[in-house]
Amino acid sequence: MLTILFDGIAYGMVLFVLGCGLSVTMGLMNFVNLAHGAFAMLGGYVAVAAMQRLGLPFLASLPLAFLVAALVGIVLERLIYRPMYAKSHLDQVMFSIGLVFMAVAGTDWLMGSGQQFIRLPAWLQGRFEIAGIGIGRYRLFVIAVCGLLAVSLQWGFTRTRFGSRLRASVDDARVARGLGIPVTRLFALTFALGSGLAGLGGALGIELMGLDPTFPLKFMIYFLIVVTVGGTSSITGPFFAAMLLGVADVVGKYLVPQVGAFIIYALMVVLLITRPHGLFARARA
Amino acid sequence: MTHRRTVLGGILGLALAVSAGGAVLAQDAVKIGLILPMTGPFASTGRQIDAAVKLFLAKEGPVHGGRKLEVILKDDAGNADATRRFAQELVVNDKVAVLAGFGLTPLAMATAPIATQAKVPQVVMAAATATITEASPYIVRTSFTLPQASEPMADWAAGNSIKKVFTVVTDYGPGIDAETSFAAKFKGAGGTVESVRVPLRNPDFAPFLQRVSEAKPDALFVFVPSGIGAQFMKQFVERGLDKAGVKLIGPGDVVDDDILDGIGDVAIGAITTHHYSARHDSPANKAYVEAFQKANPGMRPNFMSVGGYDGMRLITEALKKTGGDTEGDKLIAAMKGAAWESPRGPISIDPDTRDIIQNVYVRKTEKVGSELYNVEFATIPNVKDPVKARK
Repeated sequence: MLTILFDGIAYGMVLFVLGCGLSVTMGLMNFVNLAHGAFAMLGGYVAVAAMQRLGLPFLASLPLAFLVAALVGIVLERLIYRPMYAKSHLDQVMFSIGLVFMAVAGTDWLMGSGQQFIRLPAWLQGRFEIAGIGIGRYRLFVIAVCGLLAVSLQWGFTRTRFGSRLRASVDDARVARGLGIPVTRLFALTFALGSGLAGLGGALGIELMGLDPTFPLKFMIYFLIVVTVGGTSSITGPFFAAMLLGVADVVGKYLVPQVGAFIIYALMVVLLITRPHGLFARARA
Repeated sequence: MTHRRTVLGGILGLALAVSAGGAVLAQDAVKIGLILPMTGPFASTGRQIDAAVKLFLAKEGPVHGGRKLEVILKDDAGNADATRRFAQELVVNDKVAVLAGFGLTPLAMATAPIATQAKVPQVVMAAATATITEASPYIVRTSFTLPQASEPMADWAAGNSIKKVFTVVTDYGPGIDAETSFAAKFKGAGGTVESVRVPLRNPDFAPFLQRVSEAKPDALFVFVPSGIGAQFMKQFVERGLDKAGVKLIGPGDVVDDDILDGIGDVAIGAITTHHYSARHDSPANKAYVEAFQKANPGMRPNFMSVGGYDGMRLITEALKKTGGDTEGDKLIAAMKGAAWESPRGPISIDPDTRDIIQNVYVRKTEKVGSELYNVEFATIPNVKDPVKARK
């Protein structure tokens, strides 16, 4: 039972890294970016290409996945996202879902439609047991990396100058600009950070979720659940939401496989009825 | 006014006559409507079959039974609505003589009423749920059925001191087919079976494999669509089930030749029953694999590709028998009972069920040189689809 809890936590951690980028762009920047999964897929493919074509080790391909996704994020933000900030949410949804379909078709064309594989280094393969709990090495690695990220993100947004400037810009961009905060640059950086995180999540997730060109469509629902349940105004919200959903999904499928796939949705509905603004939402006017 | 109308009518009539004449000319070629998932999650199936169809035309030439073949390829992306629409267009606008392809069960099923109404033979080259051929008297199949591949596994397991099996299958037509046919046969032979079904869109197999690991069975019987097979194999090994002595068995989809090398060494030792392996030891297959790889560098033909290759052979054999007549009923009659040597071994079309009769092989995944292959070590000859055979 504890083994399955451990598996669920690892799965939730990957969901968190994938989803928190979305809550960064969607919550902090108030932009509905459904194309988030495309950045995650990009990160995954960068990792695959780095390992297969350039022969880089797995650990080196992870930061590369982050960097490339972040860079593409900056470029796209400047070129096509920025004009969309002022548009209505519906326009943003249509726009970003269009991007998703372009990404799916483009990846299919460039990389082929098959599943992509990576070979993990030997020290990340297999499992060991502590007190009867089976611990997969890779899952432990994922938990460590993602846990570290969660802590540093929370710290970054609440305790640093960057974080406070960003929150100020989101709440009132005009006043923030008047105070001398470089709002545009801040937003570009934040967008890059969100995309980079998605890319990293995509690379980390290959081994657990697989990678093919339909990735952004297949997992869009999961990112959205994490963000809607977790709320978009903090890092802790999506973190606990992702944990809860990851564990509920895995444990549910383990205990009652007949309805297991449905549990995650039932949980979402219950949570949204009881806490419509998300788990840790601050009150909105 | 009336005068002008007759003139207009005349022009219209003339135009119709001309276009009808055009249609007669175009009918000189026998058109085959090939509907495949060329993009989307099942694109591997489409690519394999498309490559096999092209290879067949390149090797055997385009003229059969005195008629030139023309293949019209449509990409349905694995979406049944699209398949149905393309089938309709191909029948009505392009006047195809045969509909072919069909990567998945729902796609073949969606097209069945069109084949029946239009009296156009529907050659199923991939989809593998047993009941498909019952959906229309115009459906003929050149791939396989899952019970056909799964039941021999039950016999093999029972004969090799496996007593307790846990089955994990994807929760849709073919998965349920594989599970029920294996379980029934295996229980009949005195074994015990526990089962779980996995949702089609399932990212992580951890919870299901954990159940397996706690049940401590002698073997894990698995059917998942081939792309996802890699994921499954890796997590099977990650959980240490191979070391715990659980044998991995099942129909050959998890160790699909198309992705076997990508799966890596975790696949070694899997025992599967299937109708085709790229390593099948026959001159016909050696020639086939060589020609396929020459025409498609970096690709290895899998069980889907032979379904497509033999589908084309079936169509051309039928055309030869009818002397180029493309009338649907005559073509179907000519297809019934057709038999030939395929790259997978001797096969024939059952005249009663229009389904394929073929050898099923027991194989073990091994490293041959630097590549992984499914090496056949036993043959069960002339297996009919057991579901329809029992009726």
